[in-house]
Amino acid sequence: MSTFKTTRRVAMGLVAAAAATFGLQANAGGHGIDLTGRTVEWIIPFSETGGSAKWANFYAPLLSEALPGQPTVVVKFMPGAGSTKGANYFQEQTYDDGTLIFGSSGSTQFPYLLGDPRVKFEYDDWSVVLASGTGGVAYLPPDLAAKMDGMNAAGLRGTDFIYGNQGATRLDLVPTLAWEMLGLNVESVMGIKGRGDGRLMFERGEANIDYQTSSSYLSGVTPLVEAGTAVPMMTWGALDEAGNIVRDPTFPDIPTFKEVCEATEGCETSGEKWDAWKAFFIAGFPAQKMVFLPQGATPDAMATYTAAFEAIKARPDFAEISGKRLGKYPQMTGAAAETAKASATKVSPEAKAFIVNWLQDKYGVSLN
Amino acid sequence: MEVIMEALPAFGDAWALILQPVVLGYLIVGVLMGLCIGIFPGLGGIAGLSLLLPFMFGMDPVLGLALMIGMVAVVPTSDTFASVLMGIPGSSASQATVLDGFPMAKQGQAARALSAAFASSLFGGLVGAAFLTVFILIARPIVLEFRTPELLMITIFGLSMVGILAGRVPIKGIVAAGLGMLIGTIGEGASSGDLRMSSYDFPYLTDGLKLVIVGLGIFAIPEIISLLRQDRAISQEPQLGGGWLLGVKDWFANIWLSVRCSIIGVIVGVIPGLGGSVVDWIAYGHAVQTTPDKSNFGKGEVRGVIGPESSNNAKEGGGLVPTLLFGIPGSGSMAIFIGAIALLGSGQIEVGPAMLKNNLDITYAIVWLLALANVLGTVICIAASGGIAKLTTIRFVLLAPFLFMIISFAAFQSGQNLMDLVALFAIGFLGILMRRFDWSRPAFLIGFVLSNPAETYANQAIQIAQSRFRKGFGDGIDYIFSPIVLILLVITVISVVLGLRQAKHIMAEGDIQAGTKRAPIVFMLLVTAFIGYALYDANAIPSYSRDRTFPIFVASICLLGCAFLIVRMMLKPETDTIFADRELNGEDADAAHGLWPTLAWFAALLVLTSLLGFILALTIFLFAFMVIRARVGVILAACYTVAGLAFICAMAWLLNRDFPPGLLQEYFTLPWPFT
Repeated sequence: MSTFKTTRRVAMGLVAAAAATFGLQANAGGHGIDLTGRTVEWIIPFSETGGSAKWANFYAPLLSEALPGQPTVVVKFMPGAGSTKGANYFQEQTYDDGTLIFGSSGSTQFPYLLGDPRVKFEYDDWSVVLASGTGGVAYLPPDLAAKMDGMNAAGLRGTDFIYGNQGATRLDLVPTLAWEMLGLNVESVMGIKGRGDGRLMFERGEANIDYQTSSSYLSGVTPLVEAGTAVPMMTWGALDEAGNIVRDPTFPDIPTFKEVCEATEGCETSGEKWDAWKAFFIAGFPAQKMVFLPQGATPDAMATYTAAFEAIKARPDFAEISGKRLGKYPQMTGAAAETAKASATKVSPEAKAFIVNWLQDKYGVSLN
Repeated sequence: MEVIMEALPAFGDAWALILQPVVLGYLIVGVLMGLCIGIFPGLGGIAGLSLLLPFMFGMDPVLGLALMIGMVAVVPTSDTFASVLMGIPGSSASQATVLDGFPMAKQGQAARALSAAFASSLFGGLVGAAFLTVFILIARPIVLEFRTPELLMITIFGLSMVGILAGRVPIKGIVAAGLGMLIGTIGEGASSGDLRMSSYDFPYLTDGLKLVIVGLGIFAIPEIISLLRQDRAISQEPQLGGGWLLGVKDWFANIWLSVRCSIIGVIVGVIPGLGGSVVDWIAYGHAVQTTPDKSNFGKGEVRGVIGPESSNNAKEGGGLVPTLLFGIPGSGSMAIFIGAIALLGSGQIEVGPAMLKNNLDITYAIVWLLALANVLGTVICIAASGGIAKLTTIRFVLLAPFLFMIISFAAFQSGQNLMDLVALFAIGFLGILMRRFDWSRPAFLIGFVLSNPAETYANQAIQIAQSRFRKGFGDGIDYIFSPIVLILLVITVISVVLGLRQAKHIMAEGDIQAGTKRAPIVFMLLVTAFIGYALYDANAIPSYSRDRTFPIFVASICLLGCAFLIVRMMLKPETDTIFADRELNGEDADAAHGLWPTLAWFAALLVLTSLLGFILALTIFLFAFMVIRARVGVILAACYTVAGLAFICAMAWLLNRDFPPGLLQEYFTLPWPFT
């Protein structure tokens, strides 16, 4: 459990620091910044077509209403180099007047954690004002799901699985490592352009195992489950206050990978493999998307944005409008966001080393 | 029949949704915005929808849909203006229209070409909607039959169109297509992310070159430069002939071609994963194959306009199937469309597998709004075509700087990097040389467009097939040789055989005289050297990576072709068609200005941009060009410059885009638009 202890210690430290910052700010009597007549630019390091675009387009109009002075909030897409281009650009910016924010995603966090040569940004320099979580669900065709004995996945070991994979170093490493830990023989077919293509491959019967993030599962796979052509296998779970993996609140009836792993002989929920999986799961899902202010952000600006996102969360209709688009996941601000950021951008050297070696052995991907 | 009976109530509900004055009003607003955006090359539906996105949140779903569909539907209609009048492919949907539409404009037949194109667009849109009304109910299981081998086979069928467009020396066309494919492989491989012909030290190329840049570079820049050198209007006839009515009659005379191409458009659009950027070429190829007298293609054959234009609007309708039924966008604009739908109302419309069950009325409303928007857009375009066609009678030197401005801006939007402009210039230069030495540019572009799908589908199909073969020989054979694959295979073989037999009659870019040996050989050797480098580079990728296979395969075939061509060049006399060179005969040879001074103007814009940023560079460029090259008065030049700047700034401001910064901006912080 060493990985996780480290993570938590870091997190607690950051929480304390954040609390202190907020205390100071309150003492100084700052009233936040006024953005009347300004235009807030929200940089998204992906194209207009991805999940991060959906997320930012959901928040942008709400943020515009909630910020003091009702500035125009525009989402600016800066795709390239697997999102590192936009992040590197943001790293070069310094805080000016609070009109520049950045939205990062799991696909930005993973290259950072794995030491991708293209990464020239440093999360420690940025100030987080919102962290949005999500989850993921793995599913199977009904004939294969029938081979599972309750939560015991050992019956699936004789099957040749095909999985449409977006890339070895992407979020897909969380499901592929989980399946490997269960002893499943999953062959990755590379070159999928998005998880939607992966689902299509499953629907066409070419892939026979797949996973989707929560919102895509709700819209894309639930109808298949109802039609009897797909059966959920497990979720990645969610984190409770103490950092334990518990059932995903959006899918309380589906077991977590942890439960399935415990019920399957040969799969361990301890040891370096498990620690590495858990570290990368935490980096990829419970704090998947975050909003940052650039380096040098003032406490006033932090307080203003935090208050704005809190006001959005406090909208009476927030549960209704966000439920379908973001799933029932925590939208964290303030200290909780700091904790989330710390857990998403820090993994122990052991976990990193394990994943780097695993990628090298399994896919021949060299990150050195 | 049963499914249709069940859908009947939804038909009525959908009409009730659409036929409200306020909905139609929003549709008209959307159509007008779409027409305005589509008319500028290289912007297209993505820019337009991004503009609408901020207003979608919580908007009444039907109104929001009317606005968005109005816009998406007419972009492939109005981009025809740029294709026909200027020879600039307005978007990937109208690349093939350039081949015959532009020669017609040069002959003073612009209005005729435009109205034939618009009539075809309208008809294609309507056929698409009619087809979808029935097909959408049964589409899901049919679409799921298109697995990876089928997708690969369609891609190969698309590539087989190279056979028709290859030009007089077929092997040259094949090498041109291979060159396009190799340029398409530049960047990170899709399989294991290995780099091809690029390096992380120079990050621009790792993402590969964008279609906007390659399309504009390969077609637009050579045409602009060539016209500029001749210093005349686009139309060779001072009096414009062929009014819009003639174009509509042309379309009516070829109505069956239009029907067939529309159906091709819908079907290719329906299949997720191809994005339809090849559909206009398939339609063009079909138009060529079904025309008895092929001698006019490339010189202004109206069937070459009717075919692609019928298919590209129909494709938009077909593209709704993967978008709505699977939640998988068929194109970039459809991806934004999906995102925007989630913002409408309280998010009750959820595209994906449940769409037909929960929102059949909305689905039909979308299909028919699309048809309605097509009608509206076409009527407006036909009405405007006579007037806009007069642009072809203006001295081209007055239009050119404006076009340079627009295409530079459009190219920069694809990657927001100064290197976008350098890439545009480099590809443009390649385009100029290919045009000069009669290398098929359409073949090059088809190769480029289909490079990624061909590679990805081939790798995936092989990998999945291997897994099936491990299960059993029969499983593997069933997977690869499905009935659909076999049918496509037969069609492809027939198309290739017919194409090669006919290719020598089809001069997609006009007749070009042969001349001396030296220049064509130098270019040939340069192409060979690049292909050799691509082969060398791919060989350096570790052998377990799938990212090396495709470039090695393509480069090897191309090298064989190159060897054959070089041998032929050595054996044949210099009058052989293989030595075609535009600089020796015809309009390029008689041009008033040389190639290099003309190209230097564009290069100057590039260099100035890298120093001063785009807006300051543009100010100098427009004014200097007007005074020195166009020889207009200083006052008029100043007015022109101000108008151009005002226009580009307004457009960038509306679309919330930046301009390329230069060295100056590294040191000084300047206010927008100078940033």
